[in-house]
Amino acid sequence: MNRRDFLKFAGVLAFGIAAHQSVNLISQSRARDEKKSTKAWAMAISFSACARREGCRDCIDICHLIHNVPEFDNPKDGLRWIWASPYESVFADQTNPFNRGMLKNLSVLCLCNHCDNPPCVKVCPTKATWKREDGIVMMDYHRCIGCRYCMAACPYGARSFNWRDPRPFIKNINKDYPNRMKGVVEKCNFCEERLSQGLIPACVDICPEKALIFGDLNDPDSEVSKVLRARFSIQRRPYLATGPRVFYIF
Amino acid sequence: MIEKALKGGSRYWLWIGFLFVLIIVGFLSYLKQLAHGLGITGMGRDVSWGLYIANFTFFVGVAASAVVVVLPYYIHDYKRFKGITILGEFLAISAVIMTILFIFVDLGAPSRVLNIILYPSPSSLLFWDMVVLTGYLILNIIIGWWSLDAEDKEMEQPRWIRPLVYISIPWAISIHTVTAFIYSGLIARSFWHTALLAPRFLASAFASGPSLLIILSLIAKRWAGLEVERDAIKKVSVIIAYALAIHIFFVLVEIFTVFYGDMPAHTDHFRFLFLGVTGKRFLVPWAWGSVICALIAFITLLKNSDRLNEKPLVFACILTILSIWAEKGIGLVIAGFIPTPLDEIPRYYPTLFEVLICIGIYATGFLVLTVLYKIAASIRGKNRPFS
Amino acid sequence: MVKIIIGLICLLIILFSPVGYNVITGRTGYIPLLKTPQYQGDCVEGTIYMRKRHMEVLERWRNAYVRDGIKRYVSINGIYNISLTGTCLKCHSNKAEFCDRCHDYGGIKPGCWDCHHIPEIKAEK
Repeated sequence: MNRRDFLKFAGVLAFGIAAHQSVNLISQSRARDEKKSTKAWAMAISFSACARREGCRDCIDICHLIHNVPEFDNPKDGLRWIWASPYESVFADQTNPFNRGMLKNLSVLCLCNHCDNPPCVKVCPTKATWKREDGIVMMDYHRCIGCRYCMAACPYGARSFNWRDPRPFIKNINKDYPNRMKGVVEKCNFCEERLSQGLIPACVDICPEKALIFGDLNDPDSEVSKVLRARFSIQRRPYLATGPRVFYIF
Repeated sequence: MIEKALKGGSRYWLWIGFLFVLIIVGFLSYLKQLAHGLGITGMGRDVSWGLYIANFTFFVGVAASAVVVVLPYYIHDYKRFKGITILGEFLAISAVIMTILFIFVDLGAPSRVLNIILYPSPSSLLFWDMVVLTGYLILNIIIGWWSLDAEDKEMEQPRWIRPLVYISIPWAISIHTVTAFIYSGLIARSFWHTALLAPRFLASAFASGPSLLIILSLIAKRWAGLEVERDAIKKVSVIIAYALAIHIFFVLVEIFTVFYGDMPAHTDHFRFLFLGVTGKRFLVPWAWGSVICALIAFITLLKNSDRLNEKPLVFACILTILSIWAEKGIGLVIAGFIPTPLDEIPRYYPTLFEVLICIGIYATGFLVLTVLYKIAASIRGKNRPFS
Repeated sequence: MVKIIIGLICLLIILFSPVGYNVITGRTGYIPLLKTPQYQGDCVEGTIYMRKRHMEVLERWRNAYVRDGIKRYVSINGIYNISLTGTCLKCHSNKAEFCDRCHDYGGIKPGCWDCHHIPEIKAEK
């Protein structure tokens, strides 16, 4: 490299650094403007509407398909973002002998509750999981060290760990969305990537019975706000005061 | 001083070689785990911590228990603990190294371990555990090393060691308290969510750690000719008996509170641990084994409290270690996850690779311990077959 | 004394063995040749800057997108969507002859592709 080249190089480099510093500022202030209208995303799930189609797995399949959630034969290695469990195990603390019989075969959709006060966020030693202003409990898969403290802390079993390299176990890869690597924790993200494009979560979108209702709690006219005002709803393990943003209605 | 560990008889080198073989086997198993992922262990979606974290918890206790000899020796000037104190400090060093290794092999993405330091998160107890364990390791290395070095040069202990010793005493309590807080801070697992956990951890640590120390002292005395006063061993055995009694008391307090209250969320874990649920009883032998070992150890210690009889003492020490390892290692960690938040009773069995990795870490700990004890022996001890 | 010298010589041999390996295999002067994009014009930043600091740009992008919800990057060259597969690989579509060549040469293994997917290479115009 001669002196001329060097000067050119140094000049470009200096300019580049200066440019990206100012650029970062621009984009950050822009982001701040965008955030002014804060959302509070929430979901309501109707037991009765969901139960109308026995054995329907549309929401689970579409979620796991678009998010590249792998499928393992060995349940020990398994991962899930959204799943169905029997009522008496999901709401073991909200049963009595009568409704236990009545709700015997009812299965309940479970997913991350995107808690107001998420215990998983508190325990993460690297801030790999955090709560966004719009209420979504996010994961940074680049940051996670795989200590699984968040899994121990989650009262809902909503978090899964990549015990093995997931890629060979994804049947149909969706190339528009990354998969995860082995050794990190993952979970439902309320379809954050779809929300940013103005779409509603895929599970809500696909449900043939409209059993899942999604929207902004800060907007009194949103469907979810209206439904929660009008109908009786319960939450999973409410006494833990985690403030789940997934509500269940009958 | 390290050169003193490089001279030894054939038995010494045979032992070192044996440890190295175990370390290599463990290391190869770890490489296998790195390639395959943690799915190679018995852990899974529902029981997401297992043997590694169980061992981690147990050895934090062993590390903290050095305070049982350090405190009387330095604060109360109890001279008879001179011989055993350095052994306790060195045991703490090797135990802390093991705990760090156990955490490390448990990580899914170990290449990113520095994220704990790069993005410090004071709200996470794991962050604080890293802080206190590293601090404790450094404190013990400095204190143990420099006091032995001073002895080697036949000088007074440097004066600046004293304040460090005073710091190390509450620090020892802190490492096990923080470890208990890792569990007791979680509302999700009612089995762990009890304020009694930290005191329980400390009581069981002060029984199991000194038990290990007594066995190691007797070995060091016989094989390396290290001077450990009989009185010291006797005093420590009394401490073990009291700590064990307090530990048993704490467990009974816990059991009363849980079963008299009779809330399913609380009793379910204990029921699973001691009786088994829906035919799944794989922790039941561990739970009752632990109870029986603790009781026999306690009675043996009581019966021998007025005289020092080595054989029953060693027997009681081994039972204490086994009992506490099963109780606060395996029992505590695994029963915390079962039943799961979705009321399932999953299984957990450690796999061969998981066990080999653990053995590799034990061997690493023992290697560090052997080298440190060897150095201490060559300064203090008389010539013995091992040295 | 002799022992020390022998030890030092052994150390030097080990230290320089990679150089020796390259001399024997005739790769001492090897420089990876990259297939740069056909597309004329600038990258998100200047070429020299990108050559030296693309990894930092990517890291900043990653943190901005995932953690701060910032979806666009503004530079003197224009406004870009923050996306590895959508923006970077749209021009640098030949990963094997662009990214990999240099990374292989430097013995660098970025973990990006463990999770992100390489878009299919479009027929070059």
